[in-house]
Amino acid sequence: MSEITQKPVFSKKTGFSADLLWTMGPIILALLLTTLALVAIGADPLKAYTTLWNGAFGSPEKLGSVIDAWVPLVFCSVGLLVTFTAGLWNIGIEGQIVMGAIGAAWVARTFDLPAEILIALMFIGGALGGAAWALLAGALKVYGRVHEIFGGLGLNFVAMGVTLYLIIGPWKRAGIASTSGTEPFRPAAWLLNFPGLTVGPVEIILAIISLALIYFALRGTLWGLQLKAIGKNARSAFWLGIPTSRHMLGAFAVCGVFAGLAGAEQASGVWARLIPAISGGYGYLAILVVLLSGFRAPLVPFVAFFFAAVSKGSISLPLDLQVDSALGGVLQGVVVLLFVLSQGVRAKWTQTLSS
Amino acid sequence: MRLELKHIHKHFGAVHANDDISIAVESGTIHGLLGENGAGKSTLMKILSGFIHRDAGEILLDGRAVAFKNPAEAIRAGVGMLHQDPLDFPPLTVLDNFLFGREDGFMQNRAGALADLQRFSRQFGFDLDPDALVSSLTVGERQQLEIMRLLSLGAKILIFDEPTTGISLPQKIKLFETLRLLAKQGMTIIFVTHKLQDAEDLCGKVTVLRLGKMTGQVTHPFTADQLVRLMFGQSLETRARASVALGEPILELRDICVADYRLRVPEINLQVRAGQVIGLAGIEGSGQRLLLRACAGLDQPVAGDIWISGARMNRQPYRDFLERGVAYLPAGRLEEGLVPGLNLTEHFILARRSREFFIDWRAAQDAAQSRIGEYSIRGVPASRVEALSGGNQQRALLALLQPNLNLILLEHPTRGLDIESTMWVWSQLLARRQRGAAIVFASADLDEIFEYSDRILVFSGGRVARALNAQETSVQQLGELIGGKGL
Repeated sequence: MSEITQKPVFSKKTGFSADLLWTMGPIILALLLTTLALVAIGADPLKAYTTLWNGAFGSPEKLGSVIDAWVPLVFCSVGLLVTFTAGLWNIGIEGQIVMGAIGAAWVARTFDLPAEILIALMFIGGALGGAAWALLAGALKVYGRVHEIFGGLGLNFVAMGVTLYLIIGPWKRAGIASTSGTEPFRPAAWLLNFPGLTVGPVEIILAIISLALIYFALRGTLWGLQLKAIGKNARSAFWLGIPTSRHMLGAFAVCGVFAGLAGAEQASGVWARLIPAISGGYGYLAILVVLLSGFRAPLVPFVAFFFAAVSKGSISLPLDLQVDSALGGVLQGVVVLLFVLSQGVRAKWTQTLSS
Repeated sequence: MRLELKHIHKHFGAVHANDDISIAVESGTIHGLLGENGAGKSTLMKILSGFIHRDAGEILLDGRAVAFKNPAEAIRAGVGMLHQDPLDFPPLTVLDNFLFGREDGFMQNRAGALADLQRFSRQFGFDLDPDALVSSLTVGERQQLEIMRLLSLGAKILIFDEPTTGISLPQKIKLFETLRLLAKQGMTIIFVTHKLQDAEDLCGKVTVLRLGKMTGQVTHPFTADQLVRLMFGQSLETRARASVALGEPILELRDICVADYRLRVPEINLQVRAGQVIGLAGIEGSGQRLLLRACAGLDQPVAGDIWISGARMNRQPYRDFLERGVAYLPAGRLEEGLVPGLNLTEHFILARRSREFFIDWRAAQDAAQSRIGEYSIRGVPASRVEALSGGNQQRALLALLQPNLNLILLEHPTRGLDIESTMWVWSQLLARRQRGAAIVFASADLDEIFEYSDRILVFSGGRVARALNAQETSVQQLGELIGGKGL
């Protein structure tokens, strides 16, 4: 939790331009380092970046797939903003996405309703699934004294097990048991997409509304301030009369709701069925998004877009260039590491300046 | 070793924490460094011991100029410092702690260290179990350990930063004995304090700092009055006590037993009436904190009943205690009271315990501004609490209390505060008492216990003495009780 309490201090004196410098600097440096890595393995960096760029923005379909990744990243980041504010490392978000997808899949398989109602119910089912799984991690922490990182990590594996069990067990496709996924949902459970793309207006709007909602809730409500107090010093918060346990559980539940929405959206909008890797790793990636945003909601959509573009763009690297698509992951990881490092350097630097 | 500090300057931002300080200390003497909080004493000593670097000036040891990059270099040159909060490792044993800083090479020489430890213990009459965990020691014992450790590393100059805060009377007597012995052995002792009595009892020469500047130097014999004038620019007087009519019983403890993993204090009985002030005296860690936390609803007593304003409060949640007008002011201001990273406005909002959903930031800021004025906190609504000085943090904590309280529980209410802040804190508390609050406070400062308590509860060695009437008790009596005699 100490990393969270060392969250970047953006003083009013230095202003926006200094903030921008301290945020853009690490990104540029990361690009340089990645370029060096490319040169070292004998690949042409310019070509690699062109491929990366074209892989992300080369065609409307490709841009569509970037937005496709952007939506779950934003949902998860929104949830993580809440848990981070409360000082919690909700690593279990991956499992919460999975449980959201399972909740949505259950609704899709169980009810035969008109599309509008069914999809709404699927999102509710997903939110409940994610929240329940998050509350489990929260209860382990609050009542069982299990640190949320370990509890969450364990529950992620359990959630994966549950999906696999459902896919090759009760929900298997007629005749064959394949780990490729369940039978596709009935068409009424498919989220409306833009023609030719795997992304539609509903989830984009929902993601933006979620972000705005949480931004204002954390900023302008007593609940947000109380979470902040808990995140910075839970003992003092309790002394002040804030019900810390209840608020921590609440923060987990809220994060689970948004993770569950991401899962429901993946199940309904992208795959139209339940698959084993339904979370797509977006939960873990969203942790990096929130870190790189410096825990600030207004930056989340942009950082998430950057991450989505790099993730999707790097898919075409091995085809065109014989460079592994892991390059995208390397770039993302280096950016975050350098950003966190630059925060430390900045804090030290401003300290030296002021003394 | 003869020590000379010449024209030392140190700035922290706009604050000139040390402004042209020059001190010379001969070996074999105890030199007092006196001043209220924020006078620059700690800064000067941290410069001398290598913790921070000076902006200008010279440090001479036996006439040789030195510049320390870090405390390790300072101790190698013979300068060791005992910090106000001991810088040791509580989860490790006494011997483990004693080993730190020794340069035995890759393998530790535990047997040699143990022999050293025992030799020093005999020399000074300390009684420390080498295998005991430091977390189980009192502050006084931890000081003893640190003294021996620094001596074993070859310290010739020993700096004591407020060593009498947080230790009991017998431990203080023992400490002073040790200091005199060290001086007799030729050590150079610098004794940093804000307590006049300590300086008078111990120091041959005293340098007084005020707001970063040297205001004077006096040589024994000197009077307390002289020191006060140098410290504050004028003499202070303690005010006469106002008498208060006692009201209803607020707090009743019946056969309470409090305990933690190492201590068990049974059979505490006490009745506190509205307007009464109860002082909890004794060596720190004798159960005072456990009792205060039990009365606040933060910990459960092991046995017995707690009654507050006629209601049995056993096993009730902390919030119910708050609703009954109970408030607890912990000693760890930034650890268990204030939230570092949040500003004063945010604290006042949180302390309001209102049920509002949206925050009206403008109104909250105005309210904070007026509260800051009311409690004369040196800061603005947007000041983060960790940026405030100790005295202002304590003012902020007091400002967070609800307006109508029945019972105020305090742990070291004035620890580390200067005289002005101390008097201010007590004027606030006594005003609350006039309005019908009962006050229970723990303090290591006997003067404070005597000055403000109506009755005194002495904790010693796992027991609690029958409540004493403060007016009929002498220091001698109290000292004996704390030391475990007559319990």
